[in-house]
Amino acid sequence: MVIRAGYGDKMVELDLKGEVCPYTFVKTKLKLEELESGEELVILFDHAPAVENVPRSLKNEGHKIMGIEQPEDKLWKVKVRKA
Amino acid sequence: MLGGFSEEQIKRYSRHIILPEVGGKGQKKLLSSSVLCIGAGGLGAPIIEYLAAAGVGKIGIIDDDEVDLSNLQRQVIHGGNVGMPKVESAKQFVNRLNPGIEVKTYTERLNAGNVEAMFKEYDIVVDGSDNFATRYLVNDACVLTNTPLSHGSIYRFEGQVTTIIPHEGPCYRCAFEHAPPPGMVPSCQEAGVLGVLPGIIGVIQATEVVKYLLGIGELLTGRLIYYDALNMTFDEMKLRKNRSCPVCGEEPKITSIQEEIYGDSCRIW
Repeated sequence: MVIRAGYGDKMVELDLKGEVCPYTFVKTKLKLEELESGEELVILFDHAPAVENVPRSLKNEGHKIMGIEQPEDKLWKVKVRKA
Repeated sequence: MLGGFSEEQIKRYSRHIILPEVGGKGQKKLLSSSVLCIGAGGLGAPIIEYLAAAGVGKIGIIDDDEVDLSNLQRQVIHGGNVGMPKVESAKQFVNRLNPGIEVKTYTERLNAGNVEAMFKEYDIVVDGSDNFATRYLVNDACVLTNTPLSHGSIYRFEGQVTTIIPHEGPCYRCAFEHAPPPGMVPSCQEAGVLGVLPGIIGVIQATEVVKYLLGIGELLTGRLIYYDALNMTFDEMKLRKNRSCPVCGEEPKITSIQEEIYGDSCRIW
């Protein structure tokens, strides 16, 4: 699927380029805490291990991963829906 | 700023924020909480150390003593500060460990005149005192001001710890109605104490305080942990609310803090 920030009425983007684990997850979690249940967040990473770690940690906390894509060689987008 | 946290705070508290039971919300609760620590000695040292590290926003410390070389066998925050008031030494330690924490110091003894106003300023009290007079004063003032209390005490190789939520569970007097008579209990100098013992008991007290402030887990209310370092055993005793408790019972005899109930805290050990 293609992830575009801005579609749907509740889409927030968090740019975590330059961040490494565990701060990729820590910052994602802090951002999610600001959102309402059901709202969606798109996170941008350039730290490869975060693509596995962050979605796993988010699932552990009950959130839903809506999609993961890699638009560039070292850039990943993860879309998550808040539980 | 993300979720109201600075970059420095995100890094400092990241291992808390990651925990599902804590998160940014829990860390904010800790940062906006206040704890009063009675004593900055054997128990107070690890209590103050870990509460400051955890990010408890305001820590009150009351102690009228100075750091003595003989304290350093167990009072791990006072290194290099022999001769300094313990509250000042503790404050310096906290400032180095976590400069974001507000420390309020009281270089005095807790007494009938200052206890209630002081307790009302804090969310919870941790007792790290070393004598029965203070211990009963702290318990009674916590019941009368409805302030939660973490109780800990140590003796040679043994320690005990419990958590008191006034009126919801038993208080210290429900279990131990009166202090032993003067002369029955040896002083710390006579009894000796294994240096690591207050570390164990104090850290359990700090754990209870953090859990209380976060509103997570099961507290030691109505339960007393008895720790024996020599045999390395943790035993748990059930404590029950005593309907005839002199302070939290149905017809309490103690309805206000009067100095004569507690006597000379130096004499009654």
